[in-house]
Amino acid sequence: MNGGAVDIIKKDPKEGGHGFAGVARHSEGRADIQKPAHCFDIKDLDLYYGDFHALKDVRMEMEKGRITALIGPSGCGKSTLLKTLNRMNDLIEGCRITGDVELFGENIYGNIDVNMLRKRVGMVFQKPNPFPLSIYDNIAFGPRTHGVKSRYDLDEIIETSLRDTAIWDEVKDRLKKPALDLSGGQQQRLCIARALAVSPEVILLDEPTSALDPVSTGKIEELLINLSGKYSIIIVTHNMQQAARISDMTAFFLLGEMIEYSSTEAMFARPEDKRTEDYITGRFG
Amino acid sequence: MQALKEKIMRAVFFLTALSSILAVALICYFLLSNGLPAIGEIGPQEFLLGEEWSPSDTPPSFGILPMILGSLYVTAGAIVIGVPIGVLSAVFLARVCPKKLYKVIKPGVDLLAGIPSVVYGFFGMAAIVPLAGNSMLSACILLGVMILPTVVAISESAIRAVPEHYYEGALALGAGHYRSVFRVLLPAAKSGVLAAVVLGVGRAIGETMAVIMVAGNQARMPVSLFKGVRTLTANIVIEMGYATGLHRDALIATGVVLFVFILIINISFSVLRGKAL
Repeated sequence: MNGGAVDIIKKDPKEGGHGFAGVARHSEGRADIQKPAHCFDIKDLDLYYGDFHALKDVRMEMEKGRITALIGPSGCGKSTLLKTLNRMNDLIEGCRITGDVELFGENIYGNIDVNMLRKRVGMVFQKPNPFPLSIYDNIAFGPRTHGVKSRYDLDEIIETSLRDTAIWDEVKDRLKKPALDLSGGQQQRLCIARALAVSPEVILLDEPTSALDPVSTGKIEELLINLSGKYSIIIVTHNMQQAARISDMTAFFLLGEMIEYSSTEAMFARPEDKRTEDYITGRFG
Repeated sequence: MQALKEKIMRAVFFLTALSSILAVALICYFLLSNGLPAIGEIGPQEFLLGEEWSPSDTPPSFGILPMILGSLYVTAGAIVIGVPIGVLSAVFLARVCPKKLYKVIKPGVDLLAGIPSVVYGFFGMAAIVPLAGNSMLSACILLGVMILPTVVAISESAIRAVPEHYYEGALALGAGHYRSVFRVLLPAAKSGVLAAVVLGVGRAIGETMAVIMVAGNQARMPVSLFKGVRTLTANIVIEMGYATGLHRDALIATGVVLFVFILIINISFSVLRGKAL
């Protein structure tokens, strides 16, 4: 598609001091000079599963500290794109990509440590997947993986992560109890807390509320809005209202192509492409 | 006509299904009816805790504690040797092994399960006894190998049964492959792996022929890894040929004790498997 649609960037008052949001395409300065305002720069990305061309020439820049929603009908490639961002697609046999994906200017398909990448880019899955361990050990798993040993530090990380995900009061008295005893919504917030515990820069969420009831969904949406700013958030969602409610930017995908990418406000008020309009008005999907 | 056929078929299936229950019931009946009176005659305490087994002395002693301990020690040794190797092999087969290699290793492990125990015995006599002597150690090593296929097969399916999203969740936190496997997948498969261990225990405690061929079989309290030892099963097989009277019944009572062990093991297996599901 045309790369031009990518450049719609809106100055957001809540960005406050950062002010880099207005620096557009050519801001790929070195990180030591100034951090670019994009968490991810995706350049000419093509992805194949065997012979199947799943992503076609995707180009987009995802903004730092904002919520970017990826929407589109099933099979449009939005989850696939999400998985390329922390290289979970490495697990899929026959998956091949061309093009560049840069995280703060660094090509994540170059010579990098994938485990470090996944520490920097956390992921929350569609189905809540707490480990069959205690609540405490679930959150502690990530920090322990990355070398945090002291009980004191772990306790602090666990409390902070659980407070940040607004679940602390619900679980503080049963940290040693199995995480699988929690309700679905609590499990998903625990999974977000688990992702936060390794201090990521970006959080990817793959339809995080599609298995949850409306009340739990509302809590998670509120939580994501609170977390944005501190973290860059990229969320795949089937639910257009959800994208409209929480995201700053929205990208619409169809059959592996990015059809349109603009501020959520603009996208839902004045979609530029006929196909986007058809989708968000519910004419297909 | 059709209905009659149905009825007949149902009866046939019912009877075949009943046959294994019947077999268990018959075994129970004959074992208990012959063994329990002997235990009564010898005295339960004398029988189970007696340290002396000398059936041909006058008066004879029928204490099977040496054999009970012998069986327990040998089994424990087999577990110590076989379980770590077996569980690690299962992890390898389930999560590490390239497909081509799997096609070689998996049938190899399965073949191990099909080798007759007397052949294991020969292997033990030829390969282990020259190094470790006719001793408890030899029996432990040999049994450790013999329980491998059981432990590997059951642990492997337990590890494969762990939902993939646990593994992905661990990777997504920046954990490497091995950390994800050992810290998340394996703990998640815990009850299945335990069930594998319990079945391994069952296999080891019931094994007879291979143990007799390498263990030395002295009917005395086990003293050292490097000395001979006699198990419950060995005790029965070695003496049954010539035993008469109370001696014979005492051997059958030894079978009762073995049967109780197996019962305990099977019950714990079902409990663990229930937990795994």
